Amino acid sequence: MKTVLTILRKDLLLELRGFETLPAMILFAIVTFVIFHFGLNQDTIDGQLAAGVLTVTLLFAAMLGINRLFVAEREQGGFDAFLLAPVDRSALLVAKALALFLFLVVLEVIAVPAFGLLLLGPSLGHALPGLIAVLALGDVALAVIGTLVSAIAVQTRARDLIGPIIGLPLLLPALIGMARGAGPLLAAHGSSSPPGRWVAILALYDVVFALLSYAVFDFLLED
Amino acid sequence: MLRDVSLQVPAGSTLAVLGRNGAGKSTLLRILATLLRPHAGEVLVFGEALPRRGFAVRGRLGLLAHDPLLYRDLSGRENLSYHARLHGVAPERVEELLDAVGMRERADDPVRLLSRGLVQRLAVCRTVLHGPSLLLLDEPLANLDPAATELVGPLIGRDSGATRVLTSHDPQAALAEADVVLGLEDGRAAFLTSPDEVNPAAVKRLYV
Repeated sequence: MKTVLTILRKDLLLELRGFETLPAMILFAIVTFVIFHFGLNQDTIDGQLAAGVLTVTLLFAAMLGINRLFVAEREQGGFDAFLLAPVDRSALLVAKALALFLFLVVLEVIAVPAFGLLLLGPSLGHALPGLIAVLALGDVALAVIGTLVSAIAVQTRARDLIGPIIGLPLLLPALIGMARGAGPLLAAHGSSSPPGRWVAILALYDVVFALLSYAVFDFLLED
Repeated sequence: MLRDVSLQVPAGSTLAVLGRNGAGKSTLLRILATLLRPHAGEVLVFGEALPRRGFAVRGRLGLLAHDPLLYRDLSGRENLSYHARLHGVAPERVEELLDAVGMRERADDPVRLLSRGLVQRLAVCRTVLHGPSLLLLDEPLANLDPAATELVGPLIGRDSGATRVLTSHDPQAALAEADVVLGLEDGRAAFLTSPDEVNPAAVKRLYV
């Protein structure tokens, strides 16, 4: 755990110094909402359409973070330095996934209210607790798969292409779960709690892929 | 690519590896550092077979590579503190090393603002932070002026007491430091001998 916190602290410090990833993710999400606003030619949206727009926007904003997650390690020798240390290599997976999870939380703290203002018809108030639960489970999926895919992609020359090509199909079940889970919450006079079935699917996906990622991550670091 | 290279480095001694660019010097160091997996052959470091027993070796060796392995947006002190935590080293060691290489006053500057020589001093600190018994030094004095060379001497020189494998493009300097000399030519051992027995013509051929 100490190693995880050490790497996480370093990653957050690097982001604070560079301010490269988070602002790009936030700006992308807000611009996308504006594009949807005009593209759909509707002042407001709700229900499943709103959930789809929110999920897709968060996904593509997350891809920006995923693509940059290991760039400093690759370009500045962080991989080698880490591999030379007598620590559990899985600590890097956990720390990077936590960093990405935190980036996604910050993104959503800004993007979800912006979505409520720019696009969403019904008030967010009653849906918020349920939406937070669905987004949190979705964020775990994005963080785990994103970290795994980013670790693969950064070893290749076409890392900007590899991330989406591998990541999007792997994330499909989680994205469906997020959209279906959030749909009833964002409907006019909608439910205040997400459908249990989709929450369970999301949670199961998180557990399975977290374990899978933990099992294979060591091999990805081999030269 | 390395082929037919067979050697032993006794504890506490220095192996100098000579050869032109692409001869395999850095590859040899990366294999010994557990960063590259050999396709064939046997590599033992501290008696531990690599890569299978790599975990038993990491933390006992220090690699000073061409790349300083430092984050450019972090300061020297932040970089060294990060590595100290990874290696379980007390924070006081960071200050001790910053003093030793004359970097205390520039320790809080981001690495990207430092000259190559100052970055190399920090890279030396990172390499020896955890007191490794084996130093893998790839052009260790690159970018260092004479004063800095003198400062890092006790850390990575013969007086460090560590077993050393060093590469250099300066044969004379390398021979002066070495107990054993390996000449590499296109990944193969051209010669392996003591510095006194090195044929100057053979050294010259390496760089032709």
